[in-house]
Amino acid sequence: MSSYREFLQETREQIDEVDAGRARELYDGTDAPVFLDVREREEWDEGHIPGAVHIPRGWLESRIEQTVPDRTRPIVAYCAAGNRSTFAAKTLEELGYQDVVNLAGGINDWKRRGYPLEVPKGGLEPEQRTRYSRHLLIPEVGEEGQLKLLQSRILLIGAGGLGSPAALYLAAAGVGTLGIIDADVVDETNLQRQILHSTASLSEPKVESAARTIHALNPDVEVKAYQEQLTSENVERILSDGWDVIVDGADNFPTRYLVNDAAVWHDIPLVHGSIFRFEGQATVFKPHQGPCYRCLFPNPPPPEFAPSCAEGGVLGVLPGVIGSLQANEAIKLALGVGEPLIGRLLMFDALTTTFTEVALRRDPDCPVCGESPTITEYIDYVEFCNPVRA
Amino acid sequence: MSVIRIPPTLRDQTGGEREVLAEGGTVRDLLDDLIGRFPGLREQLDYANVYVGGEDIRTREGYETPVAESDTVILLPAMAGG
Repeated sequence: MSSYREFLQETREQIDEVDAGRARELYDGTDAPVFLDVREREEWDEGHIPGAVHIPRGWLESRIEQTVPDRTRPIVAYCAAGNRSTFAAKTLEELGYQDVVNLAGGINDWKRRGYPLEVPKGGLEPEQRTRYSRHLLIPEVGEEGQLKLLQSRILLIGAGGLGSPAALYLAAAGVGTLGIIDADVVDETNLQRQILHSTASLSEPKVESAARTIHALNPDVEVKAYQEQLTSENVERILSDGWDVIVDGADNFPTRYLVNDAAVWHDIPLVHGSIFRFEGQATVFKPHQGPCYRCLFPNPPPPEFAPSCAEGGVLGVLPGVIGSLQANEAIKLALGVGEPLIGRLLMFDALTTTFTEVALRRDPDCPVCGESPTITEYIDYVEFCNPVRA
Repeated sequence: MSVIRIPPTLRDQTGGEREVLAEGGTVRDLLDDLIGRFPGLREQLDYANVYVGGEDIRTREGYETPVAESDTVILLPAMAGG
């Protein structure tokens, strides 16, 4: 049986060590090793070696392969004074890492010599770390991604069938600011699918009911409510509040064309979703990188050819599927990860449970995003066609 | 015979049919056959995009795009519901 001191000494003899001076040379050299910080979260937040990766000692075995998959990559392990990282270095060698050294004297010695230090600014609060822990565990999100989400501003067109699940998931994910445009009040016929609202919110403006539900779910989220219908008169004012992504869950063509044109002119990615009876579709219109709504449908169809959900009906769960797909796309766009549905239209048939994808291409003759645009100001189609509003 | 998928907004014109078999070697032939049987579709098809093998016919040969028997033709009109 060894004491802690003896055990530390025995372990130290089995690993390689560098002092802070040598570590700095490695840090500045070409092919710099991975600097691995094995301290606790609070210690990391107080300052760490810039560019280092952080895995608390207790998580080392389970997370190292994800963070450093290449076992031949040189690693410099460090903690505060070099003791915990001694055991970490030994563990890494046992896991097959071939070139691991311990930073003797730890970051304390590194700091004493005035070497570079990074102190994270505006990190997550302890409660946020718990709330978003399942995001923090995903390498593609992590703390950096979660902070990005908390700083993101996403505008939802409509707090109805599609807007409900989209808003709930975006709020739960910690999107910092959600703008919601909807002029309507909650109606009994909405409750079969519009899960932001409840029987208690009947006759209340949808934006108010939505804001209450969102705050109850996640107080981190600021809701900017616009209780108005989007028109050529207010679109510039609303967009000038600054949005990273727009989620289109409108229930009528005039709004959809208005939003498309605005998104192109303001260069904001637009996550499109639409539903009817058992079928829905989703895509992402990323201005100038992929097609826009008018590349697909240059002009709205006459109202007699475009029945709304109020006329044709819709399966209540369908917007749950399509609106959730929209939330997924919006989160990916905000994080800058994955492959968004740009140039691809995903169709979902709830009756057969099938997804079908078709390719969408930019139209060089598109009246809005084409080479010689013919539409250069907002059009209020509402004056020409007036479909029944859902 | 090739399969033409009828979108939900056009099914009132096909007696509720979700898929219709039609005869022809090009998109034009198939749509002519379809309209011959369901004349109510004629005007609405002007507002629908047509996909063969998952590609928009506007990026291929338009209405002259050849359609093999194994191809599925998808009609896609704009849908506003939300």
